Amino acid sequence: MTNNLDRVELSLVGRKRSERLFKFYGFLGILIAFLFLITILYSVISQGQKAFFTTFIKVNIFFDSEIIDPQNQRNDEDIRYANFNKIITESLKKKFPENLNKNDSKELSSFISNSEADYLSEFVVKNKDYIGKYKNMWLLASSNIDVIVKNPEMEDLDEEDRLISDKQLGWLNQIRLNKELKKELNKNFFTKADSTEPEQAGIWGSLVGSFLTLLITLILSFPVAVAAGVFLEELAPKNKFTEFLEVNINNLAAVPSIIFGLLGLAIFLNIMHLPRSAPIVGGMVLALMTLPTIIIATRSSLKSVPPSIREAAIGLGATRFQSVVDHVLPLAIPGIMTGTIIGMSRALGESAPLLMIGMVAFIVDVPTTFLDSSTALPVQIYLWKSTAARGFVELTAAGVIVLLVFLILMNGLAVFIRQKFEKKW
Amino acid sequence: MGFWSFFFIIVFLGLTTQWYGTNKALKLNSNIKEGPKLPSLPSYYGANAFLWLVISVLFFLIVWVFSKPHILDYILIQNIPKALIDEFGGTPNMLIDIVKATDISNIFPGTNPIIIENALYYNKIDKLSDSIAYSIILFVGLTVSIFSINRISFLFKARQAVEKTNINLLILCSTIAIIATIGIILSLIFEALRFFEKVNFFDFLFGFNWSPQTAIREGQVASDGAFGAIPIFSGTLLITFVAMFVAIPIGLFSAIYLAEYAKPSVRSTFKPILEILAGVPTVVYGFFAAITVGPFLKNFVGEFGFTIASESAIAAGGVMGIMIIPFISSLSDDVIRAVPQNLRDGSYAMGATKSETVKKIILPAALPGIMGAVLLAISRAIGETMIVVMAAGIAANLTLNPFESVTTVTVQIVTLLVGDQEFDSAKTLAAFALGITLFFATLFLNIVALRIVQKYREKYD
Repeated sequence: MTNNLDRVELSLVGRKRSERLFKFYGFLGILIAFLFLITILYSVISQGQKAFFTTFIKVNIFFDSEIIDPQNQRNDEDIRYANFNKIITESLKKKFPENLNKNDSKELSSFISNSEADYLSEFVVKNKDYIGKYKNMWLLASSNIDVIVKNPEMEDLDEEDRLISDKQLGWLNQIRLNKELKKELNKNFFTKADSTEPEQAGIWGSLVGSFLTLLITLILSFPVAVAAGVFLEELAPKNKFTEFLEVNINNLAAVPSIIFGLLGLAIFLNIMHLPRSAPIVGGMVLALMTLPTIIIATRSSLKSVPPSIREAAIGLGATRFQSVVDHVLPLAIPGIMTGTIIGMSRALGESAPLLMIGMVAFIVDVPTTFLDSSTALPVQIYLWKSTAARGFVELTAAGVIVLLVFLILMNGLAVFIRQKFEKKW
Repeated sequence: MGFWSFFFIIVFLGLTTQWYGTNKALKLNSNIKEGPKLPSLPSYYGANAFLWLVISVLFFLIVWVFSKPHILDYILIQNIPKALIDEFGGTPNMLIDIVKATDISNIFPGTNPIIIENALYYNKIDKLSDSIAYSIILFVGLTVSIFSINRISFLFKARQAVEKTNINLLILCSTIAIIATIGIILSLIFEALRFFEKVNFFDFLFGFNWSPQTAIREGQVASDGAFGAIPIFSGTLLITFVAMFVAIPIGLFSAIYLAEYAKPSVRSTFKPILEILAGVPTVVYGFFAAITVGPFLKNFVGEFGFTIASESAIAAGGVMGIMIIPFISSLSDDVIRAVPQNLRDGSYAMGATKSETVKKIILPAALPGIMGAVLLAISRAIGETMIVVMAAGIAANLTLNPFESVTTVTVQIVTLLVGDQEFDSAKTLAAFALGITLFFATLFLNIVALRIVQKYREKYD
């Protein structure tokens, strides 16, 4: 007896140690998952927040009448076609009194975004008095300059790896010393669509594309899914057909998203001849994907409505259909809404099927109808990530931030609806 | 007639029909002084008329939307002079696409005048055909509503009719899931069959060489693509294996901790955090893998004097593993909590510690469920697209070294189909062959997982 007790006593130290160790492993698992989440968020936010601001350079622009309007006719068309890039370069040159050769002025002209020439020409057309005069203006810096300003550590790199030459860096430092550099909110990012130049590219076009796509998804999937859920949960007889239906819905929920894209390509585009890259096709594909999510949500929230409601309605003479539509369904609406919003937020983050139906094109215009070519928010992120120019790295991360903000808003709304309106029976 | 004017006329017509039907029934009822009234409530008569109007209009509208492109293409091809088609060289369909893409308000200088003419013609028939179709649909709708209003009588049981129609509509909505599944299978099979006309089935399934670049012009160097999918399958499995290597231990230990050790307050904080990981879009994981993990691993391994491909399997697979963690942990958590309490109590009564109970009692009891979870996670991993598209390679390497770059089924589907190409080359059709392989692989895994879970779950209840 004592012998056995001693053995137990002896083994207890090791068993307790392994108990602590096991518990620690469990906690470690959680901790690692948590750390991953933090790392992902940190890497996205630390890079993405830089893209919300952009660099402007103060230039004393001389609206040289020799370049703008040599004949002195003040004709709008002539002014529009004048070489405003030259005006910017000449004005930039005045900042640096040293003699600049032709190559230098080329390097200097790359300081300013090439969209600013258009901006200046529109400005002059509207304010013709400025021709022949000077004006201090803040001009949008080009992406390379912007990247160097935002990432000072890049100045220490070798000249080849740095995006700008030693000479340009010297000029940049001089501009900085003269306090002719400022950072401002990146309006292009929030108002424009895609562009080849990072400083002119924006998220708005793809945001609108995502909105149009999701609208189609909602219009198509919500009524169909709720109808299917109501039928399967409340009215369906138990037979082979409904069993087959349920198996199909569960299967559809597990089909990889890219397969839906192949379906869209083969049927919606090639057989039905619907337009490529259009939100209507994207919406149809995503609607098929969201269908099972909403059906399952509808069924589970119908299930949580107690049977007494149905029995009371039927007891008062309602038909089965009336009891479901007039009494059970209204009580299940909050749960259905929650499930729908979660399904929509999943559809918002989905990009693989949209790649298949061509919503991955380079689109400069903000879409306005369901038939226009457009991209979607996550696809835009993918497109920017695949672009080589350095300035797009931060834009990509900023796009991710915008996407995450929308997802948080949608999920927050879902949680709010659940807590505010859902009844506990 | 534009779409919106059509839409508002239909809405107006619908409301009028409902109102008129209800009123007619009310009037019939009020005329009766004695004896039985109409068999259903008056509102059901209005609803019946309204329902039939909506159904008929929607049906014809859908038919029109889907047949319109075909009809217009047919009319357009009749209008284009044959000389232009012959001169153009490509298929007539490509010419039609060019005509449709021509923006009339902003014509590119140097465009063929016949194309401009046809573009104008296309615009005209586009609008005209819409007007005609809408008018016909309106006429049909009007006829249907008049007909259904005329049906209102003492013999007509409107409530039964409305409910029957509604239930049939609900059944129709439910069958969309079946239609979608059939659509997926048929579209994949047809395109895959066309692929296997060009490439031998066994060469595809067991070939070791994958280079899908086929010649665009005849006589080009390396004109025959090779379509041996083994390197792609091995790459997919390698990345899936790496993902599982990350996800299974972390997910399982998290699930054990949450289910067995954590206090309710800890549980209610950490469970949502794990679910956030599941809610992050895959494109974000792809960005993280490509921009952060890839370069980090390269530097880290470089410190030890090794080299690693910048699009290594370990970066893509590792990040995919992070994505899968919540999947495994939440499914396993459910399974572990479903193990009945009396098994635990029995084990504690024998003097076992908590970890011994977990290891020797709970895990064996929950094993089928956990296996099911793992299989579902694997099916999820091989179907995952964006992470591998952004972080894994394109070249098909046959290797088991996770530090090298490999490609996966989904990456190949995307690279084969994104961009402009002819739709009957072996290259594009190969994507569908890969797609159907992927579809059946995931379907098989899901069915097996479901079977395992269903077969063993009830033993402990």
